[in-house]
Order: sequence, then structure tokens, then C-alpha cells
Amino acid sequence: MDFPNFSTYIPRSNETLQKFTKNHRVAHPILSLDNIVKTYDKNVAVDGVSFDVPRGSIFGLLGPNGAGKTSLIRIITTITRADSGAVYLDGERLSTTHPEHIGYMPEERGLYRKMKVGEHLYYLARLKGLSAAAAREKIDYWLEKFEIRDWWNKKVEELSKGMQQKLQFIATVVHQPKLLILDEPFSGLDPVNTNLIKQEIHYLQEQGVSIIFSTHRMEQVEEICEHIVLINKGRNVLQGKVKDVKNRFKKNLYRIQYSGELPPGLEERARIVEQTGHDITIQVGEEAQSNSLLQFLLQHGVFVHAFNEILPTLNEIFIRQVKEGVNG
Amino acid sequence: MDKLWLIIKREYLTRVKRRSFIIATLLTPMAFAIFFVVVGLIFQYESDDSRRIAIIDEGDVLKHSIRDEKNLYFRFVDVELSVLRENFADFDYDGILVLPQVNDLLARNYTVYYYSDKQPTLDIESFIREHVSERLREYKIEALQLDPRQLEALDTRVELDPEPIDEAGQNASKLTGAIAAGIGGLMGIIMYIVVFIYGMMVMRSVMEEKSNRIVEVMISSVRPFQLMLGKIVGVGAVGLTQVAIWAVLIPIVVFVSTLAFGFDSETQMEMAQRSAAADFNPEDTEALIALGLEEFRSLNWWMILPLFVFYFLGGYFLYSSLFAAVGSAMGDDLGEGQSLTIPITIPVVIAFYIMMVTIEAPNSSLAVWSSIFPLFSPIVMPARLAFSPPLWEILASVAVLAAASVFFVWLSGRIYRVGILMYGKKITLKELGKWMFYKD
Repeated sequence: MDFPNFSTYIPRSNETLQKFTKNHRVAHPILSLDNIVKTYDKNVAVDGVSFDVPRGSIFGLLGPNGAGKTSLIRIITTITRADSGAVYLDGERLSTTHPEHIGYMPEERGLYRKMKVGEHLYYLARLKGLSAAAAREKIDYWLEKFEIRDWWNKKVEELSKGMQQKLQFIATVVHQPKLLILDEPFSGLDPVNTNLIKQEIHYLQEQGVSIIFSTHRMEQVEEICEHIVLINKGRNVLQGKVKDVKNRFKKNLYRIQYSGELPPGLEERARIVEQTGHDITIQVGEEAQSNSLLQFLLQHGVFVHAFNEILPTLNEIFIRQVKEGVNG
Repeated sequence: MDKLWLIIKREYLTRVKRRSFIIATLLTPMAFAIFFVVVGLIFQYESDDSRRIAIIDEGDVLKHSIRDEKNLYFRFVDVELSVLRENFADFDYDGILVLPQVNDLLARNYTVYYYSDKQPTLDIESFIREHVSERLREYKIEALQLDPRQLEALDTRVELDPEPIDEAGQNASKLTGAIAAGIGGLMGIIMYIVVFIYGMMVMRSVMEEKSNRIVEVMISSVRPFQLMLGKIVGVGAVGLTQVAIWAVLIPIVVFVSTLAFGFDSETQMEMAQRSAAADFNPEDTEALIALGLEEFRSLNWWMILPLFVFYFLGGYFLYSSLFAAVGSAMGDDLGEGQSLTIPITIPVVIAFYIMMVTIEAPNSSLAVWSSIFPLFSPIVMPARLAFSPPLWEILASVAVLAAASVFFVWLSGRIYRVGILMYGKKITLKELGKWMFYKD
């Protein structure tokens, strides 16, 4: 099961997947989407999306509102079915038994207000296929972990919003899913719970759970995700490792902090983007030129304190891609 | 299947354990009991202020005898009216009744005078009127020298006893129609209420799940159809439980409360008699009740009760699934979706009116066809069962309803699965229709 994660760009040799042309495939992904199409009435919500979610990764499913994220998630969670294309979970064609291996926390999430906390978790756990004993054991474990054992007999409606959010998270993971899908998990969460859930996400990842994290909050993606796919207007626009994506979109910008005088002739080697005192941002034609530039500065007696490459933020890339609406 | 069972169990248990359910289930029979007791007490209530009435019988109609009644005490006096009136306060009478001479034996009107400082109460008035009328009749018979037996013979009551043409047919008595109509009407009304109460319960519950956003979590674990069916079955079981408890509890509570409050059925019957026609003698009433009971027992309950449960379930499944479909399409706002429930409530109401007509003419073609048409049959057919409709009609009705229930549950499931995920859009009926044809 422990296949190394090859570079995102290595195409998979599996014959069934060979027809994918422009896509970057992963070896033995936990989830694989193959040319998914979904239309509602006459609206094309998803228009030929393919991507792989590497096993054990935290995977960002990004896109502006109405891009088709929720439609995709509903297909993955078997809530709806794709018009065409195929979904593979852990190598198997998605079927109605698979929800038991998936934990899904929708963006808009609720609970049965009249139920007791324990009963509620038990009900959802049983519906995910856990036996009575296993359900009890797991619920105990999580209540213990969140130090809320005494909640068992509380009614959901008696809980504060923050408490309900904890409960929702437990309900999502109680059946030990292989794949966890979190749709805007931090929306509406207070900082304490946000932190708690972040910790748990990382903890679950260490346990081998693969996590799809859907959001349009880019700073969270940079913080949490290793891989991303960007969906816009029902198509995937961009995908890969966060690091690679950023590199792909970098503009060879460097920020230099120095003392002394800048030598003449710098303008011929690089374009000065910004300059404030002894802090300058420059752009070079190609990546390799950064070395020679640094050398040039040093040779002319400039005292360099810091020399940093400026990578674009995901937010910038996201906005640019969505605006252009073309494949990067 | 396992999951469906889990859903049914939850839907059932959370409702049955709810305080409001327990209260409603227990309180309804109590309400019946209280109603019966109060009605009984009111009827039984006898005026507790006793009144003394002086009678000046100028025409000697009463021949110096009148029985005292309840709290009314009569005394014949031979004093002039004017004297009595002057000293009214001293005599301690509440009123003076004056019966004048009967001048014309053939007159159909006769006026008596009642002097009092108070208005005569209704019971005084009716007692005097009835009693005087009765005695005046005797007086006239005697004065006109008529034969009372001949007179009575003029009063003939005509009864109708239906008889079957072929010998094997059930011999119905004159009461069959009335009893069947009573039972039929009751069953029809119960069905009508059941469809509304529990159908609405399903609808509200679907709306709640949707507006509370638990539904997306649920259907990432189970199929929408399972969730809907589980809810319908669960709520249906709640309905059966409640109706079963009522069926046992209401008669017990009514019986116990009538006993506890000391008026048995006999006094109630007396009351009934009193209000009924005057020429209804007690032996007749008893015979009638005996006949009624026999008639009631002779109904084919082994046929009626199971069929009643069938129509309960069939009608419930059919309508509650439609309510579920409509509930799924509604947003958080009940008022907005109200128009969507109208197409469901209209057939129920029409069926109710047809049922009323059916009781009077259980074999009319309207009755027959309505009891086969599945949107009407759950309410119309139970009302006809007591009239022993032909077997083929029952079979046709059962078959059509069973098929229709399955079909409507399936159809509603198609709407439901789309509706529960649709937010923030005002839904029209046309749209609901389109959803049926959506792919999964």
C-alpha cells in the first residue's frame, strides 16, 4: 500500500487511464476522478473534470463560488451520480457501499436538535456501517479526546454553536473514514475550534487518512494543503503540488536588502520593480540569472543582508487563473 | 435494509419518546372523557331552586290532580286570582297558574296564564305546556266521548325492513343502514384526520431536516429514498401506535368516567328519549338498542378491521409521500410553500365530501368509482365497508390503492432526492414535475 508519491507530473501507466491526456496522474491514489460530467437541467455544473487525490495527502479542492466544487463533492460522496465519467475510491469503482469509507462535513451542516449528543453520534455511526459495539467505543474515544464525556445525555439544542461544531466534526470522523471531505470546515468556527480542528486534521493525516479540503480561503490552503486542484466553471484549471504550482507561476522576483551603493548597470541585468531605501525588488529574465545577479552585486562591493525569491501567493494565482479562465 | 431499519427506529422512537406525543396521546382520551362527563353533567343538572306554584283551575281541566315534578310543587287553590295577586308576597308562591274554562272543545288553541314576578324558566314552561296539553287531550276525549283506542289507532308508525331478493343474501334489519352509515362516517372521518395529521407530520419533518441542514450529512450515508421511506414508515408507525392507543383508551376512559360520575347508559337513554319524539315508548327504545347492538355485532368485523388498517396504511403512504415530496421542495419558510400543498389537500377534501354523500348512497356510481380511484379510496372506501360492498369492488380498490401507493412513494422519492438539496429558489409545481425526470 505504501507507494511513494512520485512527482505529481508522472503519468500513470494504468491502461484505463491512458486516455487522459493533459492530466497529471498519481500512482495508486486514494481517489481518482475520470472525466466527470454533471449537468442539472441545462446547466453544466461539472464539465470533464479529472484529478487524483494522492493517498495520505491533504488535498485542496479550490474554486470560486459556483465553480462546481459542491457538485463534485456530491458525486464523490455518492449523493448524486455523474452523467458520465468514473470515480475510483481506493482503486474501486465508486458504489453505494463506499460512503462507509468516506467522512463528509458539508459547508452547511446541521444536527437533529431534539436528539441527545450520544444518541446522535451513535445514529450517524451506525448509518455509516459501524456495529453497535464499535460505534459506542469510537464515540467514547472521541468524546474523551475532546474532553466532553459528560455531554452524552445533553440535548443538541442545549449546546452552543461552538460545541455543535465539535460534535459535527466527531460525527464526520467517528467511523474512521479512509477519505475525509471537509467543505469550508472553518467557516463559522471560533479561533479555538479552528485550531482544534486543524490539529485533528493533521493528526488524522498522520494516521493515514486522506483529506480533501474544499475552500476558497487561500491562506488556509497554503497553510494546510500539499496538493491542490483549481476548478473554475466546471473545469479543472490547475493542479499539482502547492510548491510546484507556485514555482510554475513565479515571475522570478527577488527581494534584496543591502547596504552600500547599487552599482551602475544593474538596470541592464534586471528590472527594478520596487525600491524603498535599501530594500529593492527586482525581476530577472529567467531563474538562472539570479545567481549571476547576486555575484554581480557582491563583486561591486554591495553588502547583501538578504536575498529572497518572491513566490506568488496561491491567492494571486487563483485570482489570475479565474480571471483569465484559461488553463495555466 | 439495515440502515432503513435504523432510520425507521429513530423516526419512531424520537417521536414516541417526545413529551408532546405522550401528552397528546393521553390527553385526547381525557378530553373525550371530560367532554362526556361535562355533557352528562349538564344534561343531568336539575334546577336546585324549588318552586311552588299555585293553580287556579277554572276549567277543571286537571281535575285537582297534578304530579309534582323535580323541584316544582303545585297546589290547587280556590282563592280568587285578584286576592292571590294582592297578597302574592305573603303566600310564598313563586307563581300562579290559571287555567281558564274550555269554551270550544274543537279549538286547537288553549291559553293558560302564568302570573309571577319572575319570568317563567324554560323547565317550568315546558313542563306546564306538555302536561297541560296531555291532560287537555284526556279532558277533550272524555268531553267529546271518543274511544281512546280508536284514536291511538290513527297514529301509525311505518317501518321499512329491507329484505334480500335471493335467500342466501344477508337479511338486513331496518337499522342496518343507519348503523352502517354511522360506522362508515366515523371511519371516513378518522381516515381524513389521519391523512392530514400524519401527512403533515412527515412534511414538517422533511422541511426541518432540510432547513436544519442535517440532510446533506444524512444522504452522504444513506440513499435519499431510504431516508424518505424510513421517515414515512417511522411516522406511520407512530400514527398506528397513537390510533391504537386511542382505540383502546377512549372507550375505557369514556366508560369509566360515565360510571364514576354515576350516570349509567340508562339515564342517558332516558335523556335521549326525552329529547326524542314523545310517542317513543321505552320498550321500543330498548328493543331498538338491542337490535342495534345485534346489527353492530353482525357486521363482518373480520373483514372491516383488516381492511380499515389497509386503507389507513395505503392512504397514509400515498398522501404522506406526496407531503414528503412537497416538504422537500419547500424552503425554510412554511408560508411560501403553502401553495404547493394545495394540490394535495384538494383531493383529500373532495374525497371527504364524496364520503359524506357515499354514506347516504353507498352504491351510487360516484361511490363505486371514487372507492376505486386511489386518491379518494382511502377515505371513501372505509365509509362503504359497513354496507358490505361487492367483493370485486373491494378487490379492485385494494389492488389499485396498493399499486398507487407504491407508485406515489417511488414518484415522490424522485422529487425528494432533488428537492432536499435545492436551496434558495422558489419552487413551482412545474419544476417539481421536471425533477421527476432528473437523472440521479
